[in-house]
Amino acid sequence: MKTNRFIPRDFQGVLDAGAAWFLALLWIAPLAYAFWAAFHPGEYAVHFDIFAPLTLANFREALSQAPFLRYAFNTFVLVSTILTAQLVLCTLAAYAFARYRFFGSDIAFALVLVQLMITPEILIVENYGTLARFELIDTILGIGLPYMASAFGIFLLRQAFKSIPKELEEAARLEGCGVFGVLWRVYVPLARPTYLAYGLVSISHHWNNFLWPLVVTNSVETRPLTVGLGIFGAPESGVDWSIISAATLMSVAPLLIAFLLFQRQFVQSFMHAGIK
Amino acid sequence: MSRNFMKHVYGWLLLTPAIILLIAFTHYPTVATIVDSLFSKGTAIRPSRFVGLANYEIMIADPIFWKVLSNNAWYAIGTIPTSIVLAIAMALLVNRSLPGRSLVRMAYFTPTILPMIAVANIWLFFYTPDIGLIDQVAGIFGIGGYNWLGDPTTVLPSIIVMTIWKEAGFFMIFYLAALQNIPPELEEAARLEGSTRWYYFRRVLFPLLMPTTMFVMINAVLNSFKLVDHLFILTKGGPDNASNLLLYYIFESAFSYFDTNYAATLTVVLLGLLALMALMQFYFLDKRVHYR
Repeated sequence: MKTNRFIPRDFQGVLDAGAAWFLALLWIAPLAYAFWAAFHPGEYAVHFDIFAPLTLANFREALSQAPFLRYAFNTFVLVSTILTAQLVLCTLAAYAFARYRFFGSDIAFALVLVQLMITPEILIVENYGTLARFELIDTILGIGLPYMASAFGIFLLRQAFKSIPKELEEAARLEGCGVFGVLWRVYVPLARPTYLAYGLVSISHHWNNFLWPLVVTNSVETRPLTVGLGIFGAPESGVDWSIISAATLMSVAPLLIAFLLFQRQFVQSFMHAGIK
Repeated sequence: MSRNFMKHVYGWLLLTPAIILLIAFTHYPTVATIVDSLFSKGTAIRPSRFVGLANYEIMIADPIFWKVLSNNAWYAIGTIPTSIVLAIAMALLVNRSLPGRSLVRMAYFTPTILPMIAVANIWLFFYTPDIGLIDQVAGIFGIGGYNWLGDPTTVLPSIIVMTIWKEAGFFMIFYLAALQNIPPELEEAARLEGSTRWYYFRRVLFPLLMPTTMFVMINAVLNSFKLVDHLFILTKGGPDNASNLLLYYIFESAFSYFDTNYAATLTVVLLGLLALMALMQFYFLDKRVHYR
């Protein structure tokens, strides 16, 4: 009876595995192709030959045509500025919502949630006007400012703080901790998984963000990688395909490497952040 | 001063920095958008003045507006159901034992962490006539020289295929999370009852995944309105607005044609659509609670 059951099931298993692998190859093909084009001379871009010579010339060429290192630095500054501000602002606000029932807290929370739906990129026209009034156009701070108070972060952290037993806070208070002491010694350490999840989601979102940085920036000193790549890769710029591939890979490399190293954390973070 | 009173003070003090930024970049611009949509475009000679609903009349008479709106609808219809079907298939495939499972899962998920700009750069080359990869393959069969992004009938489908590639793996992880919460006894029981896999999926699994599908669907619809980065690389909304989407049209109106008041009018439509979706989400999330 056992054999009867297992033979067809095994066959089914092989079929499943085959389908899974076929789909996986199909899914990775575009990226694999970009790798192929980037590491081979231009004439091999559409000509597949295992013995095609490997080269880094495309990367050198891309770097000489546009300041990608500067763009990468800008992106790094942008992403870390946003994340730092988000962590501080969202922690404070989330703590207020989780542990204080203050006058108007329900209305305030509803106002915060509005941003979950109306994200800053939709309001590019008005937000551009606001930045212009404060003379923040073409600054990294200007790109980051609309994202710093993140409703998503406040919401996630509030949920995490609410699940922490109140007794821990009371114990800390008896030990003589003030508001910030309790927050720093009790809430922040216990919500670490949420911080990690939110941090990874925020980093990948802002590393990849394009429309708003495009609107705000107009110089090499502020442009993040995505905008630099967008200008570089525009069809009318007439750059060689292999070089565009190299530039594309350079722009995604830091995030891609981080993802490959911390795959589990990334996937779990996106899951965690989505389900809450 | 009573402790009770201090509670209100502390609460508001903690909230103040975040709420100031939220008001400045979410609530104020939302209101300002609505106000601006009621004013005419100001020029050097004629300053902006109150015109009531005139901008909306212009919009309703604007064929590009309707084109863009219908493109958005087709874009959503083209991407979302296929992405969801693929996401469920991917999740089911990697949820059981499989040689090299983590590699397969990684392959599905990788497009998610690439910026849309990079994705568009890679796919642009596939669609390029003659030298592009698709035409190279088609050339073997004697067809080719097709301008996928230059033809109004194929440009939107081409972009839809690319978006499906980008999003399916992202939706997969939500289904994976949901599948892990479904007790394996259900499948055992179904097997003992002699039901086929398809029957088990249709009658047991799919209904249990419904809350996830709802969640994914709402997010996917939002994304289809918010993410237009690829248009900058692939088509610039062309040819003849065949691939133009609402947010891209807003961008064009504001920063290419410098008509911020018309852009504000278009933004009000987008805000209205998002508000509608917020209501739907509210309604469905309520359902989800009952389901549990």
